[in-house]
Amino acid sequence: MNIAVCIKQVPDTETRIKLSEDRSRVVEDDINFIMNPYDEFAVEEALKLQEKNGGEVTYISLGPDRVSSALRSALAMGGDKAIHIKTDKVPEDPQVTAQALTAVLKETSYDLVLLGKQAIDDDHAQMPSLLAEKLGWPAVTVVVKLMVENGRVKAEREIDGAHEIVESSLPAIIGTQRGLNEPRYASLKGIMRAKKIQIEERTLTLQPSSLSVAGFEFPPAKQAGKIVGKDASAVPELLRLLHEEAKVI
Amino acid sequence: MFTDIDFYQLSDLFSPEERMIRDTLRTWVEDKFLPLVREYHGRGLFPTELIPQLGELGVLGVTIPEAYGGAGLSHTVYGLAMQELERGDSGLRSFASVQGSLVMYPIYQYGSEMQKLKFLPALAAGEKIGCFGLTEADHGSDPGGMETRAVPADGGWLLNGSKMWITNGTLADVAVVWAKTPQGTNGFLVEKDFKGFTANTIKGKFSLRASDTAELSFQDCFVPEENRLPLALGLKAPLSCLNEARYGIAWGVIGAAMACYDEALQYARTRIQFGQPIASFQLTQHKLVEMLSEITKAQLLAYRLGRLKDAGQARHFHISMAKRNNVDMALVTSRQARTILGANGITDEYQTIRHLLNLESVLTYEGTRDIHTLILGEHITGISAFK
Repeated sequence: MNIAVCIKQVPDTETRIKLSEDRSRVVEDDINFIMNPYDEFAVEEALKLQEKNGGEVTYISLGPDRVSSALRSALAMGGDKAIHIKTDKVPEDPQVTAQALTAVLKETSYDLVLLGKQAIDDDHAQMPSLLAEKLGWPAVTVVVKLMVENGRVKAEREIDGAHEIVESSLPAIIGTQRGLNEPRYASLKGIMRAKKIQIEERTLTLQPSSLSVAGFEFPPAKQAGKIVGKDASAVPELLRLLHEEAKVI
Repeated sequence: MFTDIDFYQLSDLFSPEERMIRDTLRTWVEDKFLPLVREYHGRGLFPTELIPQLGELGVLGVTIPEAYGGAGLSHTVYGLAMQELERGDSGLRSFASVQGSLVMYPIYQYGSEMQKLKFLPALAAGEKIGCFGLTEADHGSDPGGMETRAVPADGGWLLNGSKMWITNGTLADVAVVWAKTPQGTNGFLVEKDFKGFTANTIKGKFSLRASDTAELSFQDCFVPEENRLPLALGLKAPLSCLNEARYGIAWGVIGAAMACYDEALQYARTRIQFGQPIASFQLTQHKLVEMLSEITKAQLLAYRLGRLKDAGQARHFHISMAKRNNVDMALVTSRQARTILGANGITDEYQTIRHLLNLESVLTYEGTRDIHTLILGEHITGISAFK
């Protein structure tokens, strides 16, 4: 069973985002980049499936030089190959990324493509569906439980207030959600093993972008809290404010 | 959340793999160890549930070749690993130090092929636990005065005596025990179920509470010849093991100091007195500057020592200087941090007091501060003050 895992490199969750003066772009200088946390679930699930069924696990990522470290992080957890689609920057239009990933995915016959349900930087949450569309495969998104048996996928999806159980044929695209598994820590040996794996580099002609980011705005600063009172007599006023001003009850 | 302390950009000098190993262990300590330590420290126990994970991560026997289950990595990587574990707790680092430097190292260095194959892979995986018995109640800095004896018996040896302050003692499946024989000091692999071998927990500790410390005793304990380390002859053998462990401590304590500095800095920024954060006061700033300067110097010492050791050029006196300086540094740093935390600094709501109390042990074990001073004194002057 051959599995591909698509990985996006994103800023560390604790990054304080800084914008350029004209607010047209995020300043990347001091950012610590990590593997998209949802993609970690995809890596772990791919490695578990490999342990059970054999085959190869290939990681694919698109972006500038820096993204190779996200591929190294994945290889340190396990897996066999990594492909880096080199671009000057990460495309703003998910269609552009999807087209490039599709071109590489078509080179090999994969049984399964796993990736996070979304990336935590731009939160588009489009990639699983776009890849499925371009490849003509079924996509199962927001997956919290996955079984692959007898050439079919049985997966549990998280939907509002319930889990939906779906079945699909292979090959398929799986968008992974928190709760699917607990990603392993890379071991010392794994990290050194990853060093010996050559990351394949690709350059592709990207399709023109039909979507671009016009600018960024910070959310409004948080207002200071207000103390309504200190004993039970303040409860009616607190309720009134929560109802009328905050409109949360 | 802990912020990396790297004032002189030492990270640039480490390879990408060394950095990745450091960061992975840092995350593991944050996720898996720190949430448990307060409870285990309170109960005076080592969190044994984490041992298999330590094996999977590969921090048990970092420098032991892969053929014997180790990670086969450099001394610098070993050092970074000890630093990250000790940012959690000196007891956690002690567990890995003992298993790697004091149990796996002597078996690898002085053991027979059969002993290596029998013990090393299981020790690396954390499936077996080891301890090291050299110190006795009446012979600490002077191990040459040891009273434990092994006399030849049919097919092996009869061991009598006791060992004190033994980390992992009651947990251990195998103890590397040093004893005097008619032919000089020898090392023996005493297994848990050998008749006449008992281990008892030392109670009432105020330091290294999240660590197993025991007294071992041997009463006509029969050890087969196949469990004697064939290549360990004389006191030089156990002392070479201590050298390995001391090297790890020189790195490890930087982790403890970084944890205390980070906690004190965060506290100083948010603790308001006289209407302003205490970080704005000159005396607090002075303390923080001293702490950061000393941590940075200790990092440089450890880094250079690591590269020397990887080049096969680190001598025992180099290691003595780093162990002595860095433990001193960590202890002073933890005390400074404690004063910044004020009364909060005496409770286990904060980690500083735990590190501070641990470091009192670290100052003493693996060669006391005084002994390292005298080792260096002897090296400088050519005159031994203690032999």
